[in-house]
Amino acid sequence: MRRHHDMGGLDGGPIDGRDHDFEPWEKRVNAIMRLLGDEKRQLLRVDELRRAIEDMAPEEYDEAGYYGRWAGAMTNLMIEKGVVTIDELRAKLDSVPLKDDGQ
Amino acid sequence: MSAFSIGEEVRIRRGDPPGHVRTPFYARGKVGVVERICGQFRNPEELAYGRYDGPAGTLYRVRFSQRALWLDYAGQPADTVDIEIFEHWLEPV
Repeated sequence: MRRHHDMGGLDGGPIDGRDHDFEPWEKRVNAIMRLLGDEKRQLLRVDELRRAIEDMAPEEYDEAGYYGRWAGAMTNLMIEKGVVTIDELRAKLDSVPLKDDGQ
Repeated sequence: MSAFSIGEEVRIRRGDPPGHVRTPFYARGKVGVVERICGQFRNPEELAYGRYDGPAGTLYRVRFSQRALWLDYAGQPADTVDIEIFEHWLEPV
């Protein structure tokens, strides 16, 4: 069966070719991924990241966007490897004030 | 060391295993020609689960006619696409 991420040949709609800058949070997600996978830590490889992204639910995959998928996949991998616990993540998230738009 | 040679016809297996698979769904069961042998690399299907010390396998670049991949392909007949595929996904034609 074709999995959701394996989209080759499907109609993906128009491509937005405009240049855009990355949001600060996207740059941070990118930096965290590089650090987790660096020589010193070796906590993930790109193949693991892809696997974790592909394991996301289709709706979640579509909604998350590129770096949202990275963030979700990295989080799941770090829980899987025992680097962080769900309780620690929840405590940290609870301590961060939401922006006005709820993001 | 490599089971297939440059210029040889190969078919991508119709496999449908669980887990992380790099072989595009649209190419499974299709026949192409070995364009080059890319070298020896560890299997991403194992790397994806953190098994980093497995044996390396041969990676090939296989060229497919677009018309062989898509029944309704409307481009030029000579159009091709190259896909990099590991040996364990290929079978002789």
